[in-house]
Amino acid sequence: MAEKYDVIVIGAGIVGSMVARFLSKYELDILMIEKEVDIGMGTSSANSAAVHAGYDAVPGSNKAITNVMAVEMWPQLSEELGIAYERCGDYVVAVSDADMQVLEELLDRGRQNGVPGMEIISGEEMRRREPLIRPDTIGALWAPTGGISDPFAANIAAAENAVMNGVEIKLCTAFEDFIMEGDQITGIRTNQGDFACRWVVNAAGLYADEVMHKAGVRPDFKIRPRRGEYLILDKADFQLTQNTILFPTPSDKGKGILVASTLHGNVIVGPNANFVDSKENKEMTKEGIEEIWSGGKTLVPSVNRRHIIAEFAGLRATGNAPTPNPDIDYNQDFIIEIPDKVKGLVNLGGIESPGFTSAPAIAVKVIDQLKGAGENLVEKSNWNPIRKARPVFRHLTREEQAALIAEKPAYGRIVCRCENVAEGEILAEIHAPIPADTYDAIKRRTWLGTGRCQGGFDMPRVVSILSEELGLSPEEVTKKGKGSELLFRQTKDVTQDHLTVEDLI
Amino acid sequence: MAETSEIICVACPKGCALQVKHEGKDVIEVIGAGCRRGKEYAICELQDPRRMVASTVKVKGGLHPLVPVYTREGFPKPLIPQLAQKLREVEVPAPVKINQVVLQNALGTGIDVIASRDMPKVD
Amino acid sequence: MKHNYDVIVIGSGPGGLAAAIAAKENGAQDVLIIERDLELGGILLQCIHNGFGLELFDQDMPGPAYAQHFIEKVKGLGIHTLMDTMVLDITPERKVYAINKDQGYIDLSARAIVLAMGCRERTRAQILLPGARPAGVYTAGTAQRFVNVEGQMPGEKFVILGSGDIGMIMARRLTIEGAKVERVLEIMPYLTGLTRNYVQCLLDYGITLQKQRTVNRIIGNDRVEAIEAVSVDEHWIPIPNSKEIIPCDTLLLSVGLIPENELSKKAGVLLDPVTNGPFVDDRFMTNVPGIFAAGNVVHVYDLVDWVTEAGYVAGKGAAQFAQAEKIKAGEQIQLKTGENIRYVVPHKLEKAHLAEDEVRLQMRAITPIEERVLVTVEDQNGEVIAKKAEAYARPGEILSLSIKPQAYDAVQQATGLMVNVRKR
Repeated sequence: MAEKYDVIVIGAGIVGSMVARFLSKYELDILMIEKEVDIGMGTSSANSAAVHAGYDAVPGSNKAITNVMAVEMWPQLSEELGIAYERCGDYVVAVSDADMQVLEELLDRGRQNGVPGMEIISGEEMRRREPLIRPDTIGALWAPTGGISDPFAANIAAAENAVMNGVEIKLCTAFEDFIMEGDQITGIRTNQGDFACRWVVNAAGLYADEVMHKAGVRPDFKIRPRRGEYLILDKADFQLTQNTILFPTPSDKGKGILVASTLHGNVIVGPNANFVDSKENKEMTKEGIEEIWSGGKTLVPSVNRRHIIAEFAGLRATGNAPTPNPDIDYNQDFIIEIPDKVKGLVNLGGIESPGFTSAPAIAVKVIDQLKGAGENLVEKSNWNPIRKARPVFRHLTREEQAALIAEKPAYGRIVCRCENVAEGEILAEIHAPIPADTYDAIKRRTWLGTGRCQGGFDMPRVVSILSEELGLSPEEVTKKGKGSELLFRQTKDVTQDHLTVEDLI
Repeated sequence: MAETSEIICVACPKGCALQVKHEGKDVIEVIGAGCRRGKEYAICELQDPRRMVASTVKVKGGLHPLVPVYTREGFPKPLIPQLAQKLREVEVPAPVKINQVVLQNALGTGIDVIASRDMPKVD
Repeated sequence: MKHNYDVIVIGSGPGGLAAAIAAKENGAQDVLIIERDLELGGILLQCIHNGFGLELFDQDMPGPAYAQHFIEKVKGLGIHTLMDTMVLDITPERKVYAINKDQGYIDLSARAIVLAMGCRERTRAQILLPGARPAGVYTAGTAQRFVNVEGQMPGEKFVILGSGDIGMIMARRLTIEGAKVERVLEIMPYLTGLTRNYVQCLLDYGITLQKQRTVNRIIGNDRVEAIEAVSVDEHWIPIPNSKEIIPCDTLLLSVGLIPENELSKKAGVLLDPVTNGPFVDDRFMTNVPGIFAAGNVVHVYDLVDWVTEAGYVAGKGAAQFAQAEKIKAGEQIQLKTGENIRYVVPHKLEKAHLAEDEVRLQMRAITPIEERVLVTVEDQNGEVIAKKAEAYARPGEILSLSIKPQAYDAVQQATGLMVNVRKR
């Protein structure tokens, strides 16, 4: 084993990336590995983009603790990492006396969890604040610390800031096994070779159970992928009155279908929650589409099917871990621990909602765990917590746009007509600290192809930019890694002709 | 033995459904034609079906890698697969002018294949 | 560069080219076309098939040749062009903000604007197609650009959803370039494109079309591996036991076009929810004075020749608007949809215009009538102002009818006009 690291983080989703970013503060050699072609392609690739206030989680659970702690961190974090974040507040909407009872319980739970500023408002007040809400609303729970962010940007910003501070990232690198000496982890085996290390952080998301089982930890812990489907509405056609998140009153089925603003300007509707058999099954289903549409339409009756411009599904890494506190009867908590069974593992698992919100707090907890295990963490003198966001052409004023084009002419060509994404933005992402080298990677970073035409206009242009900048043939450009090639051959380069004279007669 | 074939006329966008009574390739009667052209079309379809063929050929040093081309007139239908293959082998140097012949007397039919636009040269 | 123009045309497809030419020929001095691509011609440049020009020139031309005819005219007339330039904003005061690499931010103003941005294709999400999200799902037009312009094949084994014209034309095109088209599926019980394309593109090449059948699920995580097809009833409800897995690597969508009006909205132009294009009068002027719209940006035409005609009308109107010292709007009359008419364009006409020109109406039927029909324009009392007999009425094919100057007197007296299509 040629390389030796202090810490290897398995998985570059939002949790792994936040852990890497916060750990990069210390004098440590850190490697983050990711099995996919890009960071954030697993469970982090699809969620509601909500920064939850924290009234939903069971008091005393890791979910509740990290959620509320993270909400406090988000303002500074988003500032430092250049992530869009708006603390717009959220609402849980009640339409019956039974619902009102649930709101009281949520309020109580929120207070126990330490969520500040919550109150129950009248139906009239709710309608005043959001006239589009269902007319039979009789009350709502208002949580002013709820917010919205950009999960892709957050994931990328965290990982990029980690890289700026010396963390190494290896993509297309899949964990296979631990290398042990007795009960001490001394490294990992991957499909790209072995890497030695003193510590491993298991941030493998949907696969966290399989990773920990390789170390003999928590053999009973199991992640069941639970799919959530979403629909996105055309921003030109439908907007909420102001940025917010609207939840129905939760039931035993979960938080229910929300209707929320996103910081990309679209309204999002979803998710449902259905267990699926495969950790890669992100299929949209007919039933799912109907389920979320009916949920969204009930909450905000004026949404119109004609305004749907995108559909996608994500998978939650739903676990079965009890809370650390045996007095609390809850079996779906986050695992954040250094297990006794082996030495050298920081074990995370079952990180589903509010995982995106909680990620920075989980990172802090990981550091606490390491310190608690006697790790001597020395702060770097030159740690730079600031990662500047790259220019987003459509968000600039006319004067700023003019100045940017004058400086870099590539910003003068629009490649995505719906979202007005400039060629300069694409080039910047291809040459960023974590290079975007697939169509989807550029899409997640620049938001091109997400509008009304869903890439119909930009795709040929992006393929040609990618192939030119990366020195690839157009046939080598992929949507999301090997096997997802966009083009097969040159038009005139026919190897097997299917057309025969018989076809024509 | 006379038989009846159904043919949709494409002489104009109307698309009349023709009942063509014929003996071998000899047309006896055409029913259902909205105009005179229907009968002509039916005879042609039975005796010597032809189609306009549009495709592309490779260009060397052009603004785009291909230039669009088409047959100057209707091309014998059974020869279309061969023509498609032949056009894959053609490469013309830029610049190309509209109506420039890119394949003369294609497959010995006497029909030329010509460019349907200018293709400027790019250095 | 110049900043003030008599007429600015946005887009250089058939509508834009014709509008610019007509504007110049009708007295506008400075006419500018702004095009976002590298060349003039718009989508015509990728439509390499024949079938253009039959109506206007009685010639069967491929798209690029048709475009070049107008491009040469534009150049000959000294019309200004800004290429590789994207318009970001238009205001009701007819300011135009655009950008390109060379000139950076460009600030323009016009006495009249012609919107000619064309239309865009409906996508997978707009028809809520279930299944995975692999590579290999393309709109037919995107595939057309790859195959015909970029010189790249987006797949080898195709299923095409939708019997629209672009879908059928691509079926033939892909077959000619050595690919296999396994199936064309159409959810409606009728063809949505032109019958001649069914014959020349599918029948000719032995490609199977299945009506009342659609894609139920896309299969494949990285690249399309297959699609699940299913039959549906007239309410699009899947019919039990009709599923079939069709192995393929690419799914092409030809499921409709929508006028592209993001810019129009920024200028305060009001859109008809049925056409998704602006409400226009008989000169194709929108509700915003001096802002005209031409071609597929107004409603989606079947034939490019008609887009060109619409461009001429809009361009002439724009030139007149640009030259007039004061615009005095005359009395206008609404055109309403009557029996079996989904929409009619224009939405209203200025009565006085009939003195000089005939006014061409174009409309779509709601349900097909497969026998002889009569299209009529009637006044508020049911008196027929104009009529035209047709062999049939199909939703996939535009009906058109002109109100002639002879009807001038009748229209002056009318208080409302209604368009109908009925069995004869």
